[in-house]
Amino acid sequence: MKDIYHALVEIMGERGVSNRPEEIWFYGRDPGVLSPHPPDYVVAPETTEQVQKVVQLANREKIPVVPMGNGMALTGLVIPLKGGIVMDMKRMNKILEVNEMARYVVVEGGTSQGTLKAHLRDHYPNLRHSLPDAPPTTTIAANVALHGQGCLTQQYGFNSDMVTGLEVVMPTGEICKIGSPSLGPYWFSKGPSLPDLSGLFLGWLGTTGIFTKVGLKLFPNKKIREIEIFVTDKAELVPEIIYKLTHLEMLEDLNAWFQPKPLMFKDNYHLNIYFTGDSEKEIEFKRTMIWDALQKFIDNKDGGFMNVQAMKPNLMESPQRGIAAFADVPRGGGFEYSGPITLIELYPRFAAKVVELAEKYDVIYSSAARVISGGHSMMFSISFAFNRADPAMMERVKKALDEATEFALKMGGIPWKPNHFEQKMTMARMDPNTLKLLLMIKQNLDPHGIMNPGNWEVN
Amino acid sequence: MEGGYMNSLKFNEEVCASCPSADCLLKCQYMEFEKDEAHDEMMKIFKGQDSRVLQDCVTCYACEEYCRRGNHPFYLIGERREEKGIYTAPRAITNQWINLTQMQGKQMVGVVKDQALSACFIPELGALGSGELFEDVSPAVTFGAEFMCPAVHTHFAKMSVVKERLPRVMENFKKLGVKEVICLHDECYGTYTSIAQAYGIEVPFKPVYYMDFLLDRLKELKDKIVPLNIKAAYQRPCSNRLIPEKHRLVQEIMDLIGVEVPERKYQGDNSLCCAEIIRSVAGYKLADDIQRRNINDMLEAGAEYCVFNCPACQSSLSEKVTKKGLKPVHIIDLCKTAIGEKGREG
Repeated sequence: MKDIYHALVEIMGERGVSNRPEEIWFYGRDPGVLSPHPPDYVVAPETTEQVQKVVQLANREKIPVVPMGNGMALTGLVIPLKGGIVMDMKRMNKILEVNEMARYVVVEGGTSQGTLKAHLRDHYPNLRHSLPDAPPTTTIAANVALHGQGCLTQQYGFNSDMVTGLEVVMPTGEICKIGSPSLGPYWFSKGPSLPDLSGLFLGWLGTTGIFTKVGLKLFPNKKIREIEIFVTDKAELVPEIIYKLTHLEMLEDLNAWFQPKPLMFKDNYHLNIYFTGDSEKEIEFKRTMIWDALQKFIDNKDGGFMNVQAMKPNLMESPQRGIAAFADVPRGGGFEYSGPITLIELYPRFAAKVVELAEKYDVIYSSAARVISGGHSMMFSISFAFNRADPAMMERVKKALDEATEFALKMGGIPWKPNHFEQKMTMARMDPNTLKLLLMIKQNLDPHGIMNPGNWEVN
Repeated sequence: MEGGYMNSLKFNEEVCASCPSADCLLKCQYMEFEKDEAHDEMMKIFKGQDSRVLQDCVTCYACEEYCRRGNHPFYLIGERREEKGIYTAPRAITNQWINLTQMQGKQMVGVVKDQALSACFIPELGALGSGELFEDVSPAVTFGAEFMCPAVHTHFAKMSVVKERLPRVMENFKKLGVKEVICLHDECYGTYTSIAQAYGIEVPFKPVYYMDFLLDRLKELKDKIVPLNIKAAYQRPCSNRLIPEKHRLVQEIMDLIGVEVPERKYQGDNSLCCAEIIRSVAGYKLADDIQRRNINDMLEAGAEYCVFNCPACQSSLSEKVTKKGLKPVHIIDLCKTAIGEKGREG
């Protein structure tokens, strides 16, 4: 192993490699409930060539490589389950190109959401990207690698749907461009009208390659952003409310949430309705349309719009920091969620399950569902907060989350960014031919199984 | 007299039956009545019969002011609505308010002796009740659901919540041993002097309206007052309808600090409320219409400022008046500016 260290130093330089205990400790865990496992080395590349050389070395020596953004997935996706090399991508944080007219950006594989947000704010105020409700230090590449969502997901789909091209270091060390950049200088399409090869990498959780460049769609940044919150006490009405709202085709973002604390939120389901405009006239028109769409529920006293003025400063934050506050309700700052992608019509059953699990395992819950792509599906988060200094509570949360995933699968849902246990549960239910195809792709791309091993593996 | 048990509404049918004006409904800004009809509807309400008032009242509180005979028509409407299971607002909104204002033992109490300064359950009032104007009483602040007047639930016809919580609030004040409570919120003063009296709930202290206190303090500090020489429209809150005798204080304070309050269409007993509760109760169309008429009226009167009494009105309307070029300010902050405690614009 000493030779590996020196070989890595040769590629990365002294400051780009570490096997020091403090770093091995840090890179062996994530903020969720899964047990840590230490890597042997940590590298922090600055160039695609360094990534390539490290992967070539790892492939030659059959050493695991775990690509890492900010490590905030919470489901252990960057825990090096079989040791090896954790590749921290955060030094590759350059914004390489913004094509304002074609509305796309090309970033390096470790560029953070916050960096892009600030860059657009300062240099392209007419443009924005789909910012997830995660800390701004999380990276764009990791987000699309796990089919993340963001504030524009209701309008435009998963953030991975917004990818316009990729540069990937394959597990065997080749550098491969995906989509329009494979043919020319422009990064406007990840697939069409070619066979869409991005599917070999997006959603694979870093098991089929490392993203060194990502092209991403940008969208108009309207001058005014507004919010209304509709509240109902009947979970069974939430799907219809969402249906009526998405029919308008004029919302930016739409989230349905419920939580028992603070007390004012108890027993109600809240729908955060974000909309944008370039003028007061546009905003008021949209507001009127939103109110009108839900008038039936108001007339029946089944729901109404709450006053948002006091909450507005927090609600208009992007990303929102409320999640961090929820994590600390039981003190100790722990938070993890299962976020299956499922049908909106199943909202009432998922909502009931959250409460059932919280009672069964004596844990504090909250739930936020984000509508995806105009209502074709939703990400339904089943979230539990825990005290990191309380192993028994952490164990209860782990069991509750496992049961949540079992439930989601039983209901025909798809676990989002599943941990390695959930991946196995998912594969156990998968159509055998689909699973065969999945494994065939994985084995062909990564013959030595070095990329983030332990994930999307049958054995 | 109706009822006879503790905390029941004291409503005198005879007073209502012999009313020569029926002003309570006749003057209503949101429902149209002929004079006889207004009278008949009120009698129907008293008798527990169906009335369109029970469906259409937007809960602006104004009938409490219009009734000059002290018979509390608004509380009666609330009682009847609750008896009949009529929700004024969607259930979720109604329950949200009930939950939001639950006593949870999170009250804050300063150094309270004979006097307390009530900030109700509104954080902004704590900041307003500070500085030289309140220097002797600001340490004695009380804040929290435990010291909150529950009048807001009358908007939602949850009179049972008022009757259940108000005695507990009184008990909490009693435990403090205060002789006087200076109310920074009209709704508190209105609750202690109007609702409590209407329901026969004992108030174990002397309620003091903050504008009375403010006026006295301004007179004591008159040497410090530099007239503001501005023109300001006043946003009268719904809860001021419970204490109409105090409305005149606004003009007295404005006169003292050199603020011209221009004549408006919507002033005095024809005032329009901030309409935020109406948004929940009667929908956005009416609420938007009220707000638009109100702000346009302020502008047409030549006002530069919109002066608030209630922080809830201020929160609801500040953004809207600002967009129309008016400067939103609470009357206490205006007084602080007049004595030089806060900076002046320009």
